[in-house]
Amino acid sequence: MFEIFASLGEALALIGGADPALAGIVVLSLELSLAAAVAGAAIGLPLGALIAVGRFPGRRTLIVTLNALLGLPSVVVGLVVYLLLSRAGPLGSLGILFTPAAIVVAQTLLVAPIVAALARQVAEDAWREYEEQLTSLGVSRLRAVPTILWDARFSLLTVVLAGFGRAASEVGAVMIVGGNIDGVTRVMTTAIALETSKGDLPLALALGAILILVVLAVNAGVFAIREWSARRHG
Amino acid sequence: MVMNLPRAFRHFGLAGIAAAAAATTLLAVPPARAADRYITVASTTSTEQSGLFKQLLPEFEKASGIEARVVALGTGQALDMGRRGDADVLFVHDQVAEEKFVSDGYGVKRFEVMYNDFVIVGPREDPAKTRGGDVVAGLKAIAAARAPFASRADKSGTHAAELRYWKAAGMDMAKDKGPWYRETGSGMGPTLNTASGMNAYALTDRGTWLNFKNRGDLVILVEGDKRLFNQYGVMLVNPAKHAHVKQEAGRKFIDWLVSPAGQSAIAAYKIGGEQLFFPNAKPGG
Repeated sequence: MFEIFASLGEALALIGGADPALAGIVVLSLELSLAAAVAGAAIGLPLGALIAVGRFPGRRTLIVTLNALLGLPSVVVGLVVYLLLSRAGPLGSLGILFTPAAIVVAQTLLVAPIVAALARQVAEDAWREYEEQLTSLGVSRLRAVPTILWDARFSLLTVVLAGFGRAASEVGAVMIVGGNIDGVTRVMTTAIALETSKGDLPLALALGAILILVVLAVNAGVFAIREWSARRHG
Repeated sequence: MVMNLPRAFRHFGLAGIAAAAAATTLLAVPPARAADRYITVASTTSTEQSGLFKQLLPEFEKASGIEARVVALGTGQALDMGRRGDADVLFVHDQVAEEKFVSDGYGVKRFEVMYNDFVIVGPREDPAKTRGGDVVAGLKAIAAARAPFASRADKSGTHAAELRYWKAAGMDMAKDKGPWYRETGSGMGPTLNTASGMNAYALTDRGTWLNFKNRGDLVILVEGDKRLFNQYGVMLVNPAKHAHVKQEAGRKFIDWLVSPAGQSAIAAYKIGGEQLFFPNAKPGG
């Protein structure tokens, strides 16, 4: 227990010290995770809503698969992205392995299924509520997708935050495709892993505390926006 | 039934803002931060975790204007990265595997850069009675006492060396290992964390050990054996195999490492007054 409190003290000292290297790592983590959350949402939200309102063969199989992908092992995603982006792989000519772009690709692949699976559930509930009304207005299922997404936007915000959380906490895949290169692809999670490797557990835990604070700040910000906009729109 | 896109966008007020934010974020992080003056170096966890690169790379960048990006892996994995063409330069420590890498045509030429040594660490009370200057006798004592031993088991240079020492002790770890032989399958630091947690013996390079903080009850027990010598080599990945290898910048990095400037930068790296790596480049490789 004492060690944990000591680490919290160290975390505060790190924040107070405003170390530029640490700030760079925090900013990079934030940028990449937000980019992945947005990209994952751009794929996952429409996909989830389409599956929710659509009626097509194989829909149930797709839903089960999508839900199973919630448990997608990140190391596997990391390996697949590594093999794709490796010079010896099909996308090797892009030359983006061990760059921040590779991290965003891997994180997006992890975030998209989460957003899609959870958005599917949210959209399906909204669709059940509005199906009659929308059909009577002659709105096709496909055209109902944006309406439903907009109507459920506040619940979906939480879904996107879950995706952001997944991206920000990711370590396995990020380590494999990013390479944990100092100043280039070292993010909070891989920095924590490195300090743990060096046996500097108090520093590792202090970095962990800072990561939690950052995620907390993002969530608080989104919550504030949501409150503000809910009040405005009634 | 094509979706009306502009209308959909009006519906997606929030999403639109988010998309704009995403675009800005992606612009802020260009895919390959300039295709210019950087090389990718595949190296070992021992060089990274000992803190050597933090000292070395800034000096090289200042001298050459080239950024060296280090991905730290076990030697086996680093060599594999070179074979796939994902690194420009390899800086590793498994002479046998390195020479094979070059003779197979994946590397251009191997240069010796520096050495340090391996040590066996273990619990202070040394229940297996390993203390001394003989690595083979030390391992035999561990096996005889069936004392817990944490092995890298990750095809790294250190793992390869460990298996050679076991062989010299008359043991083939593929079949002679017992439950006391714990294969962590991870880097040097994580393996030391495991050893520290279990009060087990482990073979480690001295550099990682000196920089390692979570020692618990572990101390150095076996050291000074000539066989514990640990040579590091550097190689350019063969541009004939992978045309995109940045050979000019890569060669500059290698030339600098074996130059008097690079060699003295290596010698200058100390922790608590103790030198971690000893430069031993020969003129002409």
